[in-house]
Amino acid sequence: MKVKVLCRNPDDYVRETTRDIQRVPRNYDPTLHPFEVPREYTRALNATKLERVFAKPFVASLDGHRDGVNCIAKHSKSLSTVLSGACDGEVKLWNLSKRECLRSVQAHEGFVRGICSRFCGSSFFTVGDDKTIKQWKMGPPGYGLKEEPLNTILGKAVFTGIDHHQSEGTFATCGQTVDIWDELRSSPIRSFSWGVDSFSCVRYNPVETELLASCASDRSIILYDMRESTPLKKVIMKLKSNTLCWNPMEAYYFTCSSEDYNLYTYDMRCLDSPVRVHMDHVSAVLDVDYSPTGKEFVSASFDKTIRIFPKDGGHSREVYHTKRMQHVICVKWSADNKYILSGSDEMNIRLWKANASEKLGVLTAREKAALHYNQKLRDKFQHHPQVRRIARHRHLPRGIFRQKRELKEIKEAQTRKEQNVRKHSKPGSVPLVTEREKHVVTVVE
Amino acid sequence: MLSGRRRKGYPAEVEKKTCTTKMAESSEVAVERKHVENKKKAPKRYWEETQNATKKVEAEKSSDESKQENTDKEKGKLTHDEWRKKKKERTHGKFISGKTDPFPGDAPIPEERMKKFQRGNKLEVPAGTRLKLRETLTRSEAGSDLAQNQSARYDLLLTEDAGFLEGEEDEDTCTISQEDIAEAVDITSGSKYFNLHLTQFGPYRLDYSRTGRHLLLGGRRGHVTCIEWQTKNLMCEINVMETVQDIKWLHSEAMFAVAQKKWLHIYDSSGVELHCIKKFNDVLRMQFLPYHFLLATASATGFLQYLDVSVGKEVAAIPTRCGRLDVMAQNPYNAVIHLGHPNGTVTLWSPNQKEPLVKMLCHRGGVRSLTVDKTGTYMVTSGLDRKLKVYDIRAFKPLHSFFLPAGASCLSLSQRGLLSAATGDIVQVYRDACGGAPVTKPYMAHRVRGTVWGVGFCPFEDVLGVGHAEGFTSMIVPGSGEPNFDALDMNPYRSTKQRQEWEVKALLEKVQPELISLDPGMLGKVDNATFEQKHKERVEAVGYDPLAHKKFKPRMRKRGRSSAGSVEKRKNKVAHEDQRDVIRKTVGERMEKEKKRKESAKVQLKGGELSVLDRFKKVG
Repeated sequence: MKVKVLCRNPDDYVRETTRDIQRVPRNYDPTLHPFEVPREYTRALNATKLERVFAKPFVASLDGHRDGVNCIAKHSKSLSTVLSGACDGEVKLWNLSKRECLRSVQAHEGFVRGICSRFCGSSFFTVGDDKTIKQWKMGPPGYGLKEEPLNTILGKAVFTGIDHHQSEGTFATCGQTVDIWDELRSSPIRSFSWGVDSFSCVRYNPVETELLASCASDRSIILYDMRESTPLKKVIMKLKSNTLCWNPMEAYYFTCSSEDYNLYTYDMRCLDSPVRVHMDHVSAVLDVDYSPTGKEFVSASFDKTIRIFPKDGGHSREVYHTKRMQHVICVKWSADNKYILSGSDEMNIRLWKANASEKLGVLTAREKAALHYNQKLRDKFQHHPQVRRIARHRHLPRGIFRQKRELKEIKEAQTRKEQNVRKHSKPGSVPLVTEREKHVVTVVE
Repeated sequence: MLSGRRRKGYPAEVEKKTCTTKMAESSEVAVERKHVENKKKAPKRYWEETQNATKKVEAEKSSDESKQENTDKEKGKLTHDEWRKKKKERTHGKFISGKTDPFPGDAPIPEERMKKFQRGNKLEVPAGTRLKLRETLTRSEAGSDLAQNQSARYDLLLTEDAGFLEGEEDEDTCTISQEDIAEAVDITSGSKYFNLHLTQFGPYRLDYSRTGRHLLLGGRRGHVTCIEWQTKNLMCEINVMETVQDIKWLHSEAMFAVAQKKWLHIYDSSGVELHCIKKFNDVLRMQFLPYHFLLATASATGFLQYLDVSVGKEVAAIPTRCGRLDVMAQNPYNAVIHLGHPNGTVTLWSPNQKEPLVKMLCHRGGVRSLTVDKTGTYMVTSGLDRKLKVYDIRAFKPLHSFFLPAGASCLSLSQRGLLSAATGDIVQVYRDACGGAPVTKPYMAHRVRGTVWGVGFCPFEDVLGVGHAEGFTSMIVPGSGEPNFDALDMNPYRSTKQRQEWEVKALLEKVQPELISLDPGMLGKVDNATFEQKHKERVEAVGYDPLAHKKFKPRMRKRGRSSAGSVEKRKNKVAHEDQRDVIRKTVGERMEKEKKRKESAKVQLKGGELSVLDRFKKVG
């Protein structure tokens, strides 16, 4: 007789001392792990719920301005420094990690219309309603000295925006014309206008650094090459665009925020119709900024919310609002892809997390692994109705909720009417127009 | 000749390659012969095949490289980086001495073992799939492949081997007595064979906890005791002073349920009564579904009830209308409850349905006992017709049928597929009873002192517990228990802290009772329901039909224009909107046809007088 009976030595399975870690022998045999899919689904559901539970995006509010915040700029070298300009002409420098104001400068009389930091981070430029461009040192003035601009240029008309070149000493302003300036000269080296009386925004392309785009008040978006004397081309839309932002990774795309509650992503090479229409706001969109990864962008709206859109998604993945936040005028995505800054009418700059449920601070390896696992689970089961319902749910203020419903009704009525018109007219005389084509009037080369 | 054999879809280049490799091989062989003349030929190894193949490839590569080198030399200079890269390529898989790696690449994994970890079939990305989706699919497919490989490889690291019992020649293993086995094995294992003489309150039913450390005994006349059976440590011993029908551990060894004469009671491990659940009356049999935290009870009144033990609520109460329910088993694979009935049928139940999922006629007489194996493939039943039958319950087909002279009263399947059947006071254990050829004689047999009332294999141990009229017997059955446990699922050696942690985790991933169905993987499959089906479900969920046509409601107009007549007129304008479209279309088509017919007729008429031969003309 040959016999062997299972007999385990407990020493192989129990830790030696209480200071040791527990022994965890594994066996991946599927028959020892029944209900794989239902258990995983339950985990995914829990992970989704927890994500919503921990979604507390608001980090801090920076107060100190005495009027509405009109513009924000990121420091080009330091992550923790942010510049902001208010409607009373005051410019403040903020330290984000300490959440305090480093310095404040009375830069202009009237609004500070635009602000941008030089590529080296040593100085910054502001433009204001007093028709001046001022260059300021980033650091504080020496002991006993007054705050004085390094350089002041007096222009002919009011400037409404400014942007600095990526690597050269030139910058662009917009107002009645789009001007290219050399830092060392007091008159513009180039001046563009194309039958337009005023511009609201000008932005340099981050990759093709000689290219510029601007939003004009005649509902057009105009592209320029700095090296040429005339603008390249423009696209005229049904309603005016307020600001635009280039995608930093795929720099042939730019997104513009429009007065018609939508955002439009265009391919610079083909302006006939936007690549994507981003809808969700219920009022004019005032500002837009891309994340440094170029995968998402954030938009600020007159409806007192900011929304985060995936670059190729038609609807927002996230909406941020607070009771106290009024019309959001400017918004910026921080260079480390973690935070969003919004400046609003009620004199505050707010700091938000870009990923609402993210845990801040240093994570242990186990925490990280758990987060990754939960993320993967959520991805895997994202299309299951229960998971999707929980993941999609966002609370909206009553006003916005109602407006949203109203807009939906309006849109339904319009489509219904169009259908009826099509039904009762000669076939082919009322063509189907896609949402993307609807908003473009014409492209002028 | 090669070209003659060339087939469609077998490009010429490949054949050329084979030619070159052959040549390379022959040269290699010639070289080898020079060195290894006198040595004994080594036995053939499994990797030799692959080694030859790699040799071929390497030879090819080296020939290519030498060519390249020549050209390089002609070119002259090489940068340092390029040179290093080249060197690395040249010495790839070789040692500096020039030897080659005798075990190139990863060790092959046996097909059988790979199959064990396979989940579903491999996905073929259909043609015409969009690029983004195609990438996602291939990536996920690669991920699951990797996981499968890794877990198959991990099998090597499992430490324990399963037990076995082999007789000498002409010796039946079933004739070997328990005493002999206990003597032959080591002391620890030998002590696993023991008898408890409890003559006063029998017969006994038993239940092992899921870790296999704890044993619960319930005597019919009220004696309830729980024992840490390996250390023989008595945790509690009480007499409930009532008939005990059945006993069951709940999710951990801290609590157990006792079906008493009238109601269901829950006790903790020190014997304190925690709950008396009066909603569950006359319970005869119980099953605990560990991943759902459900206690399923079958009662004498014909009710199958589910109790959620995590929140203490009754999940479902199903009137089975099948009379007294005293045969019950659970399918550990999909948590479906099997009930056996006196008319020979076995019914399958889930808490979501008031009707049985399946009803199958298994025996001529009543069903005495049934059990399901842990993979959910086989169900074993025994009936009053003294037959033991094995069913494939994925296909609901009978596999084997045995005739036992006395019939089996209690059945139990072990983790590794041994079947124990109790006939009277004899417990028989069968090996390979489910799959394979029909068995002729038992693997082991043992006679206990009284009539057997309950049998159960201990998880993760080679032990079979037998409860009978005269007490309890713990039998050694080598090869019954799973040798390697997964500590994250069930750990027999867990500490209190680990148990508490496990409890929290298990509660967090408690599977909802709605997910119990015949196929537990249903949730991971693509729902290919038709639009109509989905629409129907949506209408049911929402309570109205969101796609339904809204009834036209004429707007209220002033100055007498909303008189009944004008309202009717306006209604008539849009009445039968969808039908009109259809009518318009069909009428249009008919008109078109008519027109064509007329035209063709005209053409025929134009052709002049009809001749006799015109009937053979083709009509367009």
